[in-house]
Amino acid sequence: MSLFDVAFYVLAFITVGSAIVVVSSRNIIYSAFALLFTFFGVAGLYVLLNADFIAVTQVLIYVGGILVLIIFGVMLTTKVFDVPVKTETLHVGPAIVVTGAIMGTLFGVILKTKWFDILNVQWDGTTKKIGERLMTDFLLPFEVASVVLLVALLGAVIIARRERVKS
Amino acid sequence: MLVNLSGLKSVGLEHFLIIGAILFSLGIYAVVTRKNAIMVLMGIELILNSANINFIAFSKYSTADLSGHLAAIFVIILAAAEAAIAIAIVLNIYKNFLTINIDEIDNLKR
Repeated sequence: MSLFDVAFYVLAFITVGSAIVVVSSRNIIYSAFALLFTFFGVAGLYVLLNADFIAVTQVLIYVGGILVLIIFGVMLTTKVFDVPVKTETLHVGPAIVVTGAIMGTLFGVILKTKWFDILNVQWDGTTKKIGERLMTDFLLPFEVASVVLLVALLGAVIIARRERVKS
Repeated sequence: MLVNLSGLKSVGLEHFLIIGAILFSLGIYAVVTRKNAIMVLMGIELILNSANINFIAFSKYSTADLSGHLAAIFVIILAAAEAAIAIAIVLNIYKNFLTINIDEIDNLKR
């Protein structure tokens, strides 16, 4: 086993283990903090895949933005002091069967298919190339994404600040 | 067990795809079973992360250009927008119903 393999298995263990904690923990605070380790593990997998810019973006946006947003949502919507912050589940048995079937199908497809995976390129820094692609081939999606972000942020502010009509 | 069997080879494309499949299934499980709307949101984030892992693994091993990275960037952008709006909606639901259990918010059914 090379160092790459060892790093992969450690990161995969962190990612999958903390993802299992996310979906199985009864306490939503534990789930939110386990999601932190999942995001960091996925960022490590991106580093193994030579995606340095995506890894940094993952840490910045997912850990710095989305996870903080989720934790704020948890704090604002659970009565932390009155009742324990347990969350309930429903249909656990059928869900395990269905998701197990989905996972088995995906495993079968992945392991049986002859993938075209002979390239295994090694980039030395992807940021400059990503910037060039964003300004040439992907210019229209880039601009549309900026408009989408603007509209989404405005909409989120408007939805969250609307006063409740007293009836 | 399957991971152990394929672990005989050195780490390649299939290993990353299997991590993506595991994260996808766990995300589906969280979306289906949890009553709390924020837990459903966390499941969706897991699903989006699994899709991103697949994009970047294929970008490295199969296409050897950066199209997968660009797709992953747009997925991350849309995930950020989606999380902001979803949290705003959840806060509004909590303000109106004093709960965010998605099986108790059934006014349309009555």
